Amino acid sequence: MKRPFEQAVTEHGAVVLRVCRAVLGPTEADDAWSETFLAALRAWPGLPDDANVRAWLVTIAHRKALDVVRARGRHPVPVAQVPDTTAPAADQPGEALPDRELWACLAALPDKQRLCVAYHHVAGLPHPEVARIVGGTPAAARRAAADGIARLRATYAPHGRVSTHV
Amino acid sequence: MSDSWIQLLEGPSAGEDARLATLHAQLVERAEGRDALDVTYRTVDSPLGSLLLAATPEGVVRVAFELEDHDRVLDALGTTIGPRILRGGHRLDPLASELDDYFAGRRHGFDVPLDLRLARGFRLTVLRHLREIPYGSTESYREVAAAAGSPKAVRAVGSACATNPLPIVVPCHRVVRSDGSLGGYLGGLPSKQQLLALERTAA
Repeated sequence: MKRPFEQAVTEHGAVVLRVCRAVLGPTEADDAWSETFLAALRAWPGLPDDANVRAWLVTIAHRKALDVVRARGRHPVPVAQVPDTTAPAADQPGEALPDRELWACLAALPDKQRLCVAYHHVAGLPHPEVARIVGGTPAAARRAAADGIARLRATYAPHGRVSTHV
Repeated sequence: MSDSWIQLLEGPSAGEDARLATLHAQLVERAEGRDALDVTYRTVDSPLGSLLLAATPEGVVRVAFELEDHDRVLDALGTTIGPRILRGGHRLDPLASELDDYFAGRRHGFDVPLDLRLARGFRLTVLRHLREIPYGSTESYREVAAAAGSPKAVRAVGSACATNPLPIVVPCHRVVRSDGSLGGYLGGLPSKQQLLALERTAA
């Protein structure tokens, strides 16, 4: 039995928005989210009952993000958006940077790493699912996600907050 | 070094709920505009508790009491009508305001378009007749059976009322037993009593 589509929006809407934001940046994320759910709504009656709805939605979001990128005819995330790397004031060592900064570092990752981090860490999909979406082997997807996280650790964590009490 | 910052990638971000609410409303609007929806729904508070209202592009297709379990009702609509179902939109605003007026005693009938596709055959015939029973009055199951053209089908009238997809709007609460007792009601007998009392005082 196919459940009402509203449940898919309720359960996965936030994750898909985060994925769109990770892949495209905040400005274009809303459009990609809308296109994703409109397309998913149309296709919903034909989706097999045992399908992994989250992976299916992320796959659609991936395609919609590619459409957005193609439409603007340039690199997904302009290099100019790389965040500045000034350290936070030393007198507030425990204060977390706004997560905006983390997302900016994420935006600066190479495409494959950014996609694999988005689909594995943000969407929570296992590496084989990620590989199915981005192409290549599960091992390559795992490596790209790990490389991406290592790079984030280098660009964000040193001057971002590394306090352990989150 | 702690990697606790990775959790930031996995958790909600600031202002996310408000953005999602806006995006959801836009989605319903765009989908309605493209006829991409089978059903939209909303709930309203009423003296009988929360009511689920659901509509297709043709009209109001379902009104459900809490007793019927709104989630189960929505699941059933997904199976019988189609699963492209979203909460929201404006299709049900007219019914919500007519219900307000009805429960305030200011309105005696409903003018919104109805979609009766959930009833078939004799049950549909019964529902059509129920809409002709005037506000504030009642008929017996036997009378309804006769009016629907099958005087012996008294039990079938009972099951038509018990499966009425549009209670309140299609007034199955106006059908009582010949001896004056209430019979049954899909929203529970106290609801039936309350509706009949409302119509007696406001008629």
